[in-house]
Amino acid sequence: MNQDIFVVIEHVRGQVADISYVALAQAQALVKETGGKIIALLLGSDASGISWDSFAIQARNLAADSAWTFDHVALGEFTSEAYGKTLAGVIKEKPPRAVLLGDTTVGAELAGLLSARLGLPLITSCMNIAGGTYTCKICGGKMMVSGDLPMETVLVAMIPGGFKVEQGKSDKAPEVTNLPVRDLGGLKVAFKQYIEPEAGDVDIATQKVLVGVGRGIERQDNMELAKELAEALGGAVCASRPVVDQGWLPTTRLVGKSGKTIKPKLYIALGISGAPEHTEAVTGSEMIIAVNKDPAAPIFEMAKYGAEVDMLDLMPALSEAIRKVKGG
Amino acid sequence: MKIIVPVQLVPDLVEELVVDGSGTALDRDSLRWKISEPDDHAIEQAILLKEKGGGEVIVLALGLEGVEDVLFTAAAKGADKLIKLTGDFEGGFNAHAMARAFLPIVKESQPDLVLTGVQTHNGMDGAVGALLAEYLEAPYVGYISGISLAGGKATLRKDYPGGLRAEMEVTLPAVLGISSAESAPRYVPISKVRLVMKTGKIEDRDAGGFDPGGAASVRRMFPPEVTERATMIGGSAEEVAAKLAEIIKEQGLI
Repeated sequence: MNQDIFVVIEHVRGQVADISYVALAQAQALVKETGGKIIALLLGSDASGISWDSFAIQARNLAADSAWTFDHVALGEFTSEAYGKTLAGVIKEKPPRAVLLGDTTVGAELAGLLSARLGLPLITSCMNIAGGTYTCKICGGKMMVSGDLPMETVLVAMIPGGFKVEQGKSDKAPEVTNLPVRDLGGLKVAFKQYIEPEAGDVDIATQKVLVGVGRGIERQDNMELAKELAEALGGAVCASRPVVDQGWLPTTRLVGKSGKTIKPKLYIALGISGAPEHTEAVTGSEMIIAVNKDPAAPIFEMAKYGAEVDMLDLMPALSEAIRKVKGG
Repeated sequence: MKIIVPVQLVPDLVEELVVDGSGTALDRDSLRWKISEPDDHAIEQAILLKEKGGGEVIVLALGLEGVEDVLFTAAAKGADKLIKLTGDFEGGFNAHAMARAFLPIVKESQPDLVLTGVQTHNGMDGAVGALLAEYLEAPYVGYISGISLAGGKATLRKDYPGGLRAEMEVTLPAVLGISSAESAPRYVPISKVRLVMKTGKIEDRDAGGFDPGGAASVRRMFPPEVTERATMIGGSAEEVAAKLAEIIKEQGLI
């Protein structure tokens, strides 16, 4: 094992995921302490045309010493099976100090598979590694855990919060080497197609004002109160996972790990506790107002203004107050 | 179609979380266990598949406090067989240990499908489903929110980052990590659960010791150090609303 750091670059439809830049920034911090090189691992398929070309262009700004590319038709879109086989091969052959991935719907799937297949330790929900100590955020953001980084090659699935995306970018392009892909026969998992979201719905990623509702909404009937508030503010309603799981809003309105990332000027988070799965997607909001009955809700740590009142009482009152202020 | 659903119990985050004397784990005496939400969805998805195409649903869980409620609730929803894992887990357990403990029971059940919740909020060493799939040498797909079965294959709806979904196909037997069932977990009245408790049976299985290898060791557990906190606005809902409306106006947002 050497001190090199592998960073698995996530991409969907040719776009490199922000979390991959966060992981590269973490890798930069690690090699500053211990030496070694940063190697970005890019899996994809030239056959997928546009996405691979666009990917190759973006690879130029990855803050890595080298980029190793693996080009195979079975790697065109992510499947844990084909990606897992390819990555397991390279990790086994050239064991690095650490392999960094995003703790996402892509990276988390890979990380578990690689840990079991290669018998390597795995740390998920990791925010930061410094001075040989890892720090993770768990229990919906209510607890932190830290410990010594294992001495052997370690797999780390990163969450946002420890580093900025810009820190993972560089003007100096990494040296690109195309490596052969071996043994991808007999695959049992196949990517078929992307499911396009229903057309016509509001794109919450571009809204200036968003009213986000969480578990505190309690009943479907209460969704009307949130819609009324959003209307008064000239914005739209979005939600955390429990609300979408109930079918009270379509998945296009989901904010978080499996949903969209939002960057509004104003985000009013109502009855949302602030679990990392949600908050990682709202940090780009210019101003957050949080309303939650639980004073320990982590959402208050990222909000500018907060109130410990029942969202069900606040929504009609705030709609009324907004209308009054607008009218005046 | 035989479906096995290994589920996990997690601390209820509504309760205050207290770190125990060792400083490395949650105080077991002050927390309340509940089924991990994605696991609740995994049970629902298994029952939905059984209702559509027939088959058997086996639900399996570690014998923590409250496990009987979890298992009998699953039976009241339609699960056919309940298994409780016993053993020495006082020293703690993690996803790797759970996957190894579930493995022999899953193997001998010879299921067509293994459904697990895609994550637990207190985990920090990966998803049980992904680990279990590797130990079983079966394919794994995680972050699933829809399944249909035909001809020894499952067509899946998988969550990709950025709110994107994709259709995937997997050859069975397979392990799937469920984010959410096609419909929200059904409600069963407590009276029905009580009825099942009287007639139902939970099979105990000894898991022996738990091997936590594969996770990093924990030196310290602590609540996040709060560096910044929102400016809190007090008063009644009406008073808070009036102040917030002013703030929003001052920001030029309305």
